[in-house]
Amino acid sequence: MEIPSARLFCIGVRAVLAHDLGRGAMAKNQSAQLDRKKLMADPIMVTTIAVLIAFLTLFILYPLAILMVDSIVGENGPTLDIFKRVLSMPSFDTAITNTLKVGFLVGILAALIGLLFAYVEEYVQLKTRFVSGLFKVVSMLPVVSPPFVLSLSVIMLFGKAGIITRYLLGIYDNNVYGFWGIALVQTLTFFPVCYMMFRGLLKNIDPSLEEAARDMGASRWKVFTSVTLPLILPGLGNAFLVTFIESIADFANPMLIGGSYDTLATSIYLQITGAYDKQGAAAMAVVLLFITLAMFVVQKYVLEAKSTATLTGKASRARMLITDNSVRLPLSALCGAIAIFVIMMYVCVPFGALFKTWGYDFSLTTKWFQQVFTMHHGFQAFRDSFLLSLIASPITALLSMIISYLVVKRNFRTKGFIEAVSMLAMAVPGTVLGVGYIRGFSGGIFHTGLMQGLYGTGAILIIVFIVRSLPTGTRSGISALRQIDKSIEESAYDMGANSLQVFMTVTLPLIKDSFLSGLVTAFVRSITAISAIILLVTPQFLLITVQINEYAEKGAYGVACAFATILIAITYGAVLLMNVAIKHFGTSAKIKTTEED
Amino acid sequence: MAKEKKGVRLEHISKIYQDPKTGKDFYAVHDANINIEPGEFVTLLGPSGCGKTTILRMIAGFESPNEGEIYLGEEAINELTPNKRDTAMVFQSYALLPHYNIFDNVAYGLKLRKMDKDTIREKVTNILGLVGLEGMEDRMTNQLSGGQQQRVALARALVIEPGVLLFDEPLSNLDAKLRVDMRTEIRRIQQEAGITAVYVTHDQSEAMALSDKIIVMKKGVVDQIGDPHTVYYRPVDEFVADFIGESNFLRGKLTSIDGESGQVMVEGRAIEVAERNGKAVGDDVTLVLRPESAHVADEGALPCEVVLSRFMGHYQNYHVRCGEHLVKITEFNPKNKRIYEVGEKAFLDFHASDVHVL
Repeated sequence: MEIPSARLFCIGVRAVLAHDLGRGAMAKNQSAQLDRKKLMADPIMVTTIAVLIAFLTLFILYPLAILMVDSIVGENGPTLDIFKRVLSMPSFDTAITNTLKVGFLVGILAALIGLLFAYVEEYVQLKTRFVSGLFKVVSMLPVVSPPFVLSLSVIMLFGKAGIITRYLLGIYDNNVYGFWGIALVQTLTFFPVCYMMFRGLLKNIDPSLEEAARDMGASRWKVFTSVTLPLILPGLGNAFLVTFIESIADFANPMLIGGSYDTLATSIYLQITGAYDKQGAAAMAVVLLFITLAMFVVQKYVLEAKSTATLTGKASRARMLITDNSVRLPLSALCGAIAIFVIMMYVCVPFGALFKTWGYDFSLTTKWFQQVFTMHHGFQAFRDSFLLSLIASPITALLSMIISYLVVKRNFRTKGFIEAVSMLAMAVPGTVLGVGYIRGFSGGIFHTGLMQGLYGTGAILIIVFIVRSLPTGTRSGISALRQIDKSIEESAYDMGANSLQVFMTVTLPLIKDSFLSGLVTAFVRSITAISAIILLVTPQFLLITVQINEYAEKGAYGVACAFATILIAITYGAVLLMNVAIKHFGTSAKIKTTEED
Repeated sequence: MAKEKKGVRLEHISKIYQDPKTGKDFYAVHDANINIEPGEFVTLLGPSGCGKTTILRMIAGFESPNEGEIYLGEEAINELTPNKRDTAMVFQSYALLPHYNIFDNVAYGLKLRKMDKDTIREKVTNILGLVGLEGMEDRMTNQLSGGQQQRVALARALVIEPGVLLFDEPLSNLDAKLRVDMRTEIRRIQQEAGITAVYVTHDQSEAMALSDKIIVMKKGVVDQIGDPHTVYYRPVDEFVADFIGESNFLRGKLTSIDGESGQVMVEGRAIEVAERNGKAVGDDVTLVLRPESAHVADEGALPCEVVLSRFMGHYQNYHVRCGEHLVKITEFNPKNKRIYEVGEKAFLDFHASDVHVL
């Protein structure tokens, strides 16, 4: 019944063929027209889609587009001068090399440590509660931690006045700033993400594959190199690239611990705040954007697909864990040491806020906490950060669920656009987005003054929060919805529910867990965000992260730590609240969703 | 019970899909013309990929036809969204709403129609009685067996009193025995409710047991429409003959005719056929012979050799070779019959009225 391609046919039947194809083309039209008419008969859907497209275009695509336009359009029309100027700055070339060097090293290290942790958790009998507890804490950290906490503690532990360097080792001039400082901090910040990725992959490997290899006489090491490793190789590449992207997009850590070692993100920031060269910054941002986009495309479309394709289906039964002490002890000791090291770094932050003078006077005091609220507008900072994040997070969660619903469950022409743009936001570094917003909205849209009022308001900060957390929420929403049989929603639709009713009575209740966790993730991401925000925040808003950055830069570690401690307490509290909420109101306890066949 | 039975009419319906691998367009359904009378139970029957589910989903409104028009009653419904169509579907996976209990599942459609609480309670109670689930209102869906979930799905579809009830292979997830019970049940409920039903299945015995009319589909095309009797005894082609029940095909040439009857040469022997099906002398014909109409005998139409003889309990299963042809034979109630052993020479025998000429 195929409509044959013209090549296969000889001249004699060409007339028949032309008729057939013509009919096919016309026929295709009818179906598309009907689908369009059905869509139009659903005003809520149409409005939602239109609003979504407008939002994504205006707040993701347009700011990026204006960066491109700004960096190739000078006063006298199109020009490459701006790029030439930027690229000829020796400092910018160094920044590119620096960024890539750090990203490469961090990508490798984080992926390897992540793999080690995942392997130990999935393959090795840990025995003690303590060690498995450590693993759990490590997996929690990236969720609750503000991005630059580790930089702060590395400076306090290993810097000139560092407890370890100065007091334990007697080194007085240790320089943690620069390449190794950034690499250390970023590795420790990003490896837990890799750990979670590998854990998912290893879980899905059927243990009988490895048992078969063992059975044929392979040693453990041989099994790992000849079976396990090849299976997760695409996953390894995937983890490397994800970390690489995170690393080169990272702003806060290089800012704090980079010293004179500039990366792309910090260069862009300095180009705007120091040199007041917005056009130059735009061109630099385009360079950074292209690097991350290229990585993202490879990661998303080559590696991600491969790493899931090799491993399908759940493990058929539990894996026999390694109990051999010669494997178990060194591996769990190594992981334990790394975990304790990381935890120590976090613990160091509240102590930094409690010691009188870090590095000199270790008597306990609450003066930094008091100062936060009395001298440093602490209350206003928490109110602003809290309020803006609180407004942004439900909008983000709802938007990402709507996008996931449309992408997974519905079919319409602009679906590909919506999916692509919301995923694209994942590859856009915060600094790039920040510059895009400055260029795009400070003078109004296309510098015409239209919507100029938005710039400098709390609304634009909220929008940045939303755009920055949207991809994560959408991704988890999509995977949650893929678990739900399409016919459940179809049945509601068939019973007479319109799109809004289907979404409210069926979709949302079924992905309540995902919605709740999306809500909290959005909140945590927003309240700890800094890279884009620091470029856009105006004096009327005080944000905690910006405050921490400011005081840490000044060397006022006591105040910075006090701010950071309270911030960690808030985010941790939010996560606890989410877990309680999911336990009590969540869906997963009550229902088993039907699997797609 | 239904407010109004509606017929369904498909006029020149085609649906084109794109093959995801090759990117080529192909007809999932091609020029289907189907007329379903009000109150009729009609089955779309065919192997997987024949387009039967696509047709059902086009009637429900989940897919839009590329060509043609679908009528529900006298109304053209091409442009209506699924929630505006007077149809209700019973899904293969049941598709019950897992966060609702049984009552709320069944009441879902009624609540959407803004009925008052008392009416809803009354209707739900009635319909749960009809499907045999009274007293189960408060259970959650995962506390029910497959068969019970199936009944809830049926109740939910029936309670909104649709013009047409659509079934998408509703019994394929049940075990064999339950499937047989449920199909009797579905037929009973459909008759009691007096509702038009369109039923998709690949199981020919289900189609036979349920339907007033069977629509056999092959590769996107409607191959034959008829009542179970016609489809079984007068298949239009070898595909239908082979898909519904089992068939042996004997190739031959029509040599002489006498009114409706005639003689066909098969393997050098003349075979009487009662109905020549409009074929003329000299035509190449195929004789369709059902295994249960064929016998092994000491005398008969064609000489043969037994190549397989197997006792199956309620029948004896033979394969016999007649020249080029291998013929399957089902000899029922073999207890007091002579059993032919493998290697024995015998004859294939059947009545002239038991062969159907293609």
